Amino acid sequence: MKTRFLTLKPSGIRIQVVEAGKGRDLLYLHGAGGHMPGDPLIAALATKYRVVAPLLPGYGQSTGEDGLRDMLDVTLHALDVLEALKLKKPIVVGHSMGGMIAAEMAAIAHTEVSKLCLLAPAGLWLDDHPIADIFSKLPYELPGLLFHDAEAGQKLLASGGNMEDPEFLKQFLVMNARRLGMAGKLLFPIPDRGLVQRLHRITAKTLIVWGREDVLIPPLYGDAFKKAISKSKLVRIAKAGHAVGQEKPEAVLQAIRNHF
Amino acid sequence: MKFTWFHLMPWPHMPDDFRQKHRSVWVDLPSRMYDPELGHIAYHQYLDQLEYAESVGFDGIGVNEHHANAYGLMPSPNIMAATLTRRTSKAALVVLGNSIALYNPPIRVAEEFAMLDVLSGGRLVAGFPVGTSMDTNYAYGTIPALTREKYAEAHDLIRKAWAADEPFAFNGRYTKLRYVNCWPKPIQKPAPPIFIPGGGSVETYDFCIDNTYSYSYLSYSGYLRAKLLMEGYWKRIEERKVDQSPYRAGFAQVICVADTDAEAEKLYGPHVNYFYNRCLHVYPGFADAPGYRTVKTIQTGALSQFTQAAARDYPNMTWKDLLDGRYVVAGSPETVRQQMEELIKTLRVGNVFCLLHLGNMPNDKVRHSTRLFAEKVMPHLRNMWPEWNNHDDRFWMHPMNEPVPLRAAAE
Repeated sequence: MKTRFLTLKPSGIRIQVVEAGKGRDLLYLHGAGGHMPGDPLIAALATKYRVVAPLLPGYGQSTGEDGLRDMLDVTLHALDVLEALKLKKPIVVGHSMGGMIAAEMAAIAHTEVSKLCLLAPAGLWLDDHPIADIFSKLPYELPGLLFHDAEAGQKLLASGGNMEDPEFLKQFLVMNARRLGMAGKLLFPIPDRGLVQRLHRITAKTLIVWGREDVLIPPLYGDAFKKAISKSKLVRIAKAGHAVGQEKPEAVLQAIRNHF
Repeated sequence: MKFTWFHLMPWPHMPDDFRQKHRSVWVDLPSRMYDPELGHIAYHQYLDQLEYAESVGFDGIGVNEHHANAYGLMPSPNIMAATLTRRTSKAALVVLGNSIALYNPPIRVAEEFAMLDVLSGGRLVAGFPVGTSMDTNYAYGTIPALTREKYAEAHDLIRKAWAADEPFAFNGRYTKLRYVNCWPKPIQKPAPPIFIPGGGSVETYDFCIDNTYSYSYLSYSGYLRAKLLMEGYWKRIEERKVDQSPYRAGFAQVICVADTDAEAEKLYGPHVNYFYNRCLHVYPGFADAPGYRTVKTIQTGALSQFTQAAARDYPNMTWKDLLDGRYVVAGSPETVRQQMEELIKTLRVGNVFCLLHLGNMPNDKVRHSTRLFAEKVMPHLRNMWPEWNNHDDRFWMHPMNEPVPLRAAAE
């Protein structure tokens, strides 16, 4: 995996882009947690595709979060990034919050997104099946919320820092405030910005992937997405939680290869 | 010096095993714990106490706004202040304050504060807090990273509405009004004095300095721990080359007065314990939503009062620990006087918000402590800032038909 930077014009926003692999272009949009250290999904996808994974402003070294306030701002920003990357008919893959953004892109610019893959996307809300509030969770609660195998997930999430060290803690809090501060503009307090009214506009060939053990966004949300997007297929993956791509990277890669 | 008797109006009937049974006093504790008929008694007793505070000579009486909690039962402090306008006549009504980012449209605050100022004959001191993260983000759903921008816009609208004599249009990002027309208008011109509760962010220091607002640090950790933060404020005041009036700053302190030090522990110990262990029992996940504080503020290392509370080991702190650390100023009138003098000098504050009701403290004890403070402590603290004639016209109310302000008279 290598990192490069993209400067958007005329805003001057600087975007960090992680790239890996060779093959057909695949754009990957991360979830609210950003990329994981040595992200297993990006690594797996890179064995068959040229993966291009920009970081949303507020994440990593990407700047410009203050100018993005709502769903439309973020969707148009993501379309600007897609255009600036000059990708050839990429498969647009988005996980969780990234899936919500990808779905919005495909709904708004349906001529520009023709292959869409949504991994446990956010963006819908079913009253009878509320989605957990990630913003009030403490760090130790996250592995159980994101992974079916919480212990293995904990190891994936570990950033190698000592939370007892005040300097590390401060850095962690700053990073968290930037990332989840940005994510909150799309997901707080309810991760619904009206996507349900726009899903019908999606014309892309769409693959929806859900971990069968997802406790953050329950798997039946997958059915709701499938029902609302005309050319879509839903694949459920066993023994996987919300971070389905990081927990079962090979299975997700296989599903994408089979579908596109 | 200005002493404001401040009421949090907590729910006084949380069970002994509250900490074990519930993760938080705020946001998600079940409202079945609230008994409206007991609430009726509590509200009236609390309002009586505020009125009593005026009768024994406090300069101000104070209320504030919180939501979805048992820590403070005033979702609308303006309703409480309205009842006080009818039953008091001298004290400033310190509403500290209205969380202006939560009102839709925020012109509502301009209107209600104007109503209170008119009702009270110009006795309103208006507070504009951002609101705790529990209130603003979790209970009222404001997006954390946009809270401050929304706050700034609401502030702008309110000040313009008070200043204007004709209707005008306001095209904000969060509020769009074709006709802003504030009826009634406040008696105090151009606005009532404004206090800003803050927790150590540099942006708030500058906001207070730019607008001539008083900075109020509301902490429950006492004045020793507040020293560092207040030094930051005074350093900023010096950098900005504005005057160092102590009335630019206020501090909230838990105070208990008895005839002797030993008596104070006996009378108030259990209620102080209730306050620190039940009223401040906030789930850390609710204390500070990501994005609520700016990156710059986090980098200064300042933590919100509730994050601090969550980090402290209150259950294992003894009465002696709380007193030695000056979380609580308690004891005989002489002990309390000495410590209050130290507090006022070290923090350089002209306003003190006295927390004399705590947790589940019964009425007779509240009045006992209040009376002793008013009669045997307060008179000795009146002349702490003689170089400012013990008053600063910019940071206190201007009632109707008030005699010439003290500062002007001395000049």
